[in-house]
Amino acid sequence: MTTATESLPPPTSTTGPIAWVRERLFSSPLNAILTILSVWLILMSLPPFIEWALIKANFTAATSQECRAGGGACWAFIGVKYRLMLFGLYPYDEQWRPLIATVILIAMIVVSTIPRFWTVILLPIWVGGLIAVSVLMWGGVLGLRYVEDTLWGGLPLTLILSTFGIAIAFPFGVALALGRRSKMPAIKTLCVLYIELIRGVPLISMLFMSSVMLPLFLPEGFSIDKLLRAQIAIILFAAAYLAEVVRGGLQAIPKGQYEGADSLGLSYGHKMGFIILPQALKIVIPPLVSLFIAVFKDTSLVVIIGIYDLMQSTKVALTDPAWRGFSIEAYIFVSMIYFVFCYSMSKYSQNLEKRLATGHKR
Amino acid sequence: MADHQSKGAQSAPPRRLSWNDPDVRSVVYQVVAVSIVVMVAWFLISNTLHNLSIRNISTGFDFLGRESGFAIGESPIAFGPENTYARAILVGLLNTIRVAVIGIILATIIGTVVGIARLSKNWLIAKLSMIYVEVIRNVPLLLQLFFWYALITETLPGPRSAITIMPGVFMSNRGIKVPAPTDHGAFDLAAIGFLLAFVLIGIMVNLAKKRQDATGKAFPVYRAGLALLVGMPVLGWLIGGAPLELDVPKLQGFNFVGGATLTPEFAALLFGLVLYTAGFIAEVVRSGIQAVNYGQWEAASALGLTRSQTLRLIVLPQSLRVIIPPMTSQYLNLTKNSSLAVAIGYPDIVSIANTTLNQTGQAIEGIMIIMAVYLAISLSISFFMNWYNKHIALVER
Repeated sequence: MTTATESLPPPTSTTGPIAWVRERLFSSPLNAILTILSVWLILMSLPPFIEWALIKANFTAATSQECRAGGGACWAFIGVKYRLMLFGLYPYDEQWRPLIATVILIAMIVVSTIPRFWTVILLPIWVGGLIAVSVLMWGGVLGLRYVEDTLWGGLPLTLILSTFGIAIAFPFGVALALGRRSKMPAIKTLCVLYIELIRGVPLISMLFMSSVMLPLFLPEGFSIDKLLRAQIAIILFAAAYLAEVVRGGLQAIPKGQYEGADSLGLSYGHKMGFIILPQALKIVIPPLVSLFIAVFKDTSLVVIIGIYDLMQSTKVALTDPAWRGFSIEAYIFVSMIYFVFCYSMSKYSQNLEKRLATGHKR
Repeated sequence: MADHQSKGAQSAPPRRLSWNDPDVRSVVYQVVAVSIVVMVAWFLISNTLHNLSIRNISTGFDFLGRESGFAIGESPIAFGPENTYARAILVGLLNTIRVAVIGIILATIIGTVVGIARLSKNWLIAKLSMIYVEVIRNVPLLLQLFFWYALITETLPGPRSAITIMPGVFMSNRGIKVPAPTDHGAFDLAAIGFLLAFVLIGIMVNLAKKRQDATGKAFPVYRAGLALLVGMPVLGWLIGGAPLELDVPKLQGFNFVGGATLTPEFAALLFGLVLYTAGFIAEVVRSGIQAVNYGQWEAASALGLTRSQTLRLIVLPQSLRVIIPPMTSQYLNLTKNSSLAVAIGYPDIVSIANTTLNQTGQAIEGIMIIMAVYLAISLSISFFMNWYNKHIALVER
């Protein structure tokens, strides 16, 4: 026997914009207060910023007085100074060379992000790319004018310091990581000492050391120029951090893999080269990208020892007496450059992590 | 059994030195590695000594006792050009510790709030925190420091037309001026009360835990703790006679006199460090919370706990175990990053050691001091955090 019961009214909407607002913005009194507070914060800060950055801004002024008159941002400053900021003191007529070098460096980074290229082919790509960049920047061959590296600057220099830094630090870092996991006490101690010593001090102290102590370390009459010294400091620094990243990967490889390699009678070199490292390095690609981002950001510290990277050439652009007092605009411009590089790399690394994750995820 | 073993040992071939013996190889490798390191070190040191003798630079730390001859912009202890280099370096060390300690506390608070906010059900809050984290983490700290410093020194008005935030609080391109309590015993008592409050909270937490273990009754630890933190300093201040006069900054000539100053250098450095590190701490906190199994959330809500109770009582204590190690490295990063102070002219240890080595030519000693200081700070932070980590670690069978 069934009796028809009166049907219940349909539930209040759980989809659609109103339900979305109720659910995501006003689900509880606290949430409502937070929503109102953040809306207020946005209303307080965003319109004045847009007014300053876009509406009242001047994009075309020829002089700083004219630029300042509007009361808004002076983007004309960037228009006047962008070549100095991007390429530093590199000879003006030759600036196509650092431009191409920048493109090559970016292309190298992009190629390395594509999993299809994660084979030995990366090695010739990087070696060839770095050589091409050196030839372009220095010149002196193929009819290119020789340009001293004291004149290098801007974005290409920032990219060079970070890519060369990571590329050269890579083999050292892997060796240090293997050394730290080694069963030989003396080698292990040396590696641990190096890694912990470097990781315990700030990069600035390394840069200072490279600029004032390195000349003292070398035999009389022998000297390295300033840029190379900074590059060495960055390599030494990155190697220690790289070692820790790689060690994480080595530790994540199940013990069975080591034992399996041993039971096949492989030598240490074969075991590491064919069994352990290919797996370990694949795991650590996402943290390696993060490390690269960190090194890319940290190269800005070479400002302190007076090398004309992107930061320093911006500071130089700011000292022009005809265009004083536009630091905020300049810093926002440079921030955007750094942001585009770092953000795209970190997004890439997040995607990669998702793709590589084969474990149990909700 | 024993007989059998000894027989086996006897029948083993006598060991001969052979390249096929892994132990022999290992000894050879280690000897080679150590001797290479020693040779390189000897080469560098002998070059250095030779170069120093050519340049007539004496080694040693004697210069520390000499008169420094430079002034330091801000210093927690009295310092003048007539003081020694050793005292200058002490000032730098104190300045570094000051910015690091305040920075760590503020960055932890902001970072935790932002990290939790990123997981909020409130869409707007979650998105705002995400934008903050992404922007802050992807721009170099040095650039951010320059940005804040330029913002303070270039866009704020001079002292004569300073912005008055509150009566007695002025913001100008010379920094932020706030009223300071005049020297009075009551404030010392208040400070003692503040420190005493921490001791009392420690005792209270212990007692409350014992009581809860014995009777099952919870004690409102958080509210009582807050009351102690506020009450004890007030009590000290009341005992001291409750003085009310404050040293309010006043405009005199071209600058303010009186009150306490937050200099542009310190403000920019602290601001930059705190906001930057908070972005990273937010990510650490977020991933720590997400590392807690979702079943814990469901079980808590099945027990009828509210979302904030779940977070506070169930999820955060468990995620702390995941959070502490990366948090330690963020604290270390903040401390090491405080060395960027040298770029905006805050007299931290690097900046003062740098001035010292430029004046005296004692490059090696100066850099050794910088490195030793940071190593000591790094080691003590990681020592403390390891102790804390052990303290909260899961006690397993």
